[in-house]
Amino acid sequence: MLILTCPYCGVSGEETEFHAGGEAHLKRFGPGSSDADFESYLFHRENPKGVHFERWRHVSGCGKWFHAARCTTTLEVFGTYTAQTSEPPQSIKDAITAKRPGWTWRDFA
Amino acid sequence: MSDPVSALNRVTFDGFVKVEEMGPRGMITLRGDHALPEVKNAATGVAGVNFPGQRECRVVEERGLAWMSPDELLVMVPHGEADTAVASMESDLDGTHSLAVNVSDARAVFRIIGPGAREVLAKLCPVDLSPEAFVPGTIRRTRAAQVPVAFWMVEEDVFELVCFRSVAAYVFDLLKTAAIPGSEVGYF
Ligand SMILES: [Zn+2]
Repeated sequence: MLILTCPYCGVSGEETEFHAGGEAHLKRFGPGSSDADFESYLFHRENPKGVHFERWRHVSGCGKWFHAARCTTTLEVFGTYTAQTSEPPQSIKDAITAKRPGWTWRDFA
Repeated sequence: MSDPVSALNRVTFDGFVKVEEMGPRGMITLRGDHALPEVKNAATGVAGVNFPGQRECRVVEERGLAWMSPDELLVMVPHGEADTAVASMESDLDGTHSLAVNVSDARAVFRIIGPGAREVLAKLCPVDLSPEAFVPGTIRRTRAAQVPVAFWMVEEDVFELVCFRSVAAYVFDLLKTAAIPGSEVGYF
């Protein structure tokens, strides 16, 4: 069971109050992009054992989308942060580094 | 004019707490940036209470304001005043990015009354209802079993809970089941 803290309303709730929205920080490739980029945008996802970034929605609460950084093996949540960003803030990266030195995820480290 | 009737026509249940469906209440969803003075003034103008902080609910009798999200408020007024209140807020908010909608007839309101009220809600909702964590004036949007609800504490041992009117019977049944005499847990 994950305990997530919604950065918009401040509620710490268990995961049944939220809804998972898939991998975070995808870059959209739409009309005019190459077939390879479009395929990657649609289908290619990380499946890490360890540090992972996801989108979540506080569906039974304030309704807002946000981001979460967590560990897929221990279910530890390193932090949650606003949806209005295309990369994790430094404070989140630092929190992960403190627990998982040397972590990498896509282009982030 | 026809009389407004609430979803379950003020049904009550006496268990180890009392569950009451309240009569019709005026409820308006107001979307807009809470940081804008126009939004604050429009809301406090019709509700007559101070603007709520994060996860606060301020209610005096039938009027009140509940903090629903950083850009959403629940404005409560007597049922018959809801349309007038919407018009008043719309005129205050002219030119401000915002939305006010009368949702009174899309909602049902319950009261859960008695020393076991925290426990009844704790059986149904994934919320810390300990006296340290949940105090009068706090609002929480969450789920009760399988449907969305919001509730706040009016005073110690008295909660008000709102849900969609279409699931009023389901929520009343949940509350009844959780409040059946003999099912007290005595946790809080
Ligand atoms: Zn939230």
